[in-house]
Amino acid sequence: MAGLRTLDLRIPSELQHIEGVVAAVVHRCAGHAFDDRQLALNLPVALTEALSNAILRGNGEDSAKEVRVRVELTDDALIVEVEDEGQGFDLDACTEDPTAPENIEREDGRGLFLMRALVDRVENFRGAGNVVRLTMRRPGHAA
Amino acid sequence: MPLHVSRQGDVVIVEIEGQLIVSNRQELKQRVLDEAETGGRKILVDFSRTGYIDSAGLGVLVSLAKRLRELGGDIRLANLNDDLQTLFELTKLDTLFQIADSRERALETF
Repeated sequence: MAGLRTLDLRIPSELQHIEGVVAAVVHRCAGHAFDDRQLALNLPVALTEALSNAILRGNGEDSAKEVRVRVELTDDALIVEVEDEGQGFDLDACTEDPTAPENIEREDGRGLFLMRALVDRVENFRGAGNVVRLTMRRPGHAA
Repeated sequence: MPLHVSRQGDVVIVEIEGQLIVSNRQELKQRVLDEAETGGRKILVDFSRTGYIDSAGLGVLVSLAKRLRELGGDIRLANLNDDLQTLFELTKLDTLFQIADSRERALETF
């Protein structure tokens, strides 16, 4: 990653830590030209989904395993990487539409949809573990 | 996520303070199901003091709606801010729930 890395956190795989991590990342982005909705909705929800996936699916909620969160603010975007110790998954294979009439009453299946809808880019790849990278551009900085 | 629960007539009003997310969704689910067990099957969820909701929180609301309707009751949502309204529109859950802009209007729809 180019630019200044501004935050690097490690948490045990426990859901109770999600809210604090989200608050820390939002706080770090405040005053960096993101709009109110990005900071109140897009980033908190997308990051919560990524952390939840890492804790529940990647690390199987094993508190001995860590989730690492790296945050970088570049000139035009926020980049957040969430890394777990799991085997990862194929994002491109997850194409189910939770808004389809046959899925609308399902209780699950909206996490990846929300990530994709709320930030500009969602990628995953293998680093030391499985990494999900969220990119959220500042208003006026189109991809 | 403190829950503030009150009654107005036969409607149970649940006000969610803070976030409704994966780490606390079971608290809301259990509280509403406990109310349903004791006859409170008209539930109004007030989001005026709610921050953000994730997919797990949305899933619990869907689950509760289905259960309450099975029991002959229903659920209404009120006081969503613009961001939360957008979230429901994005997921098309605004088609599954009756959403009102105030408690009073929500109460009128039961």
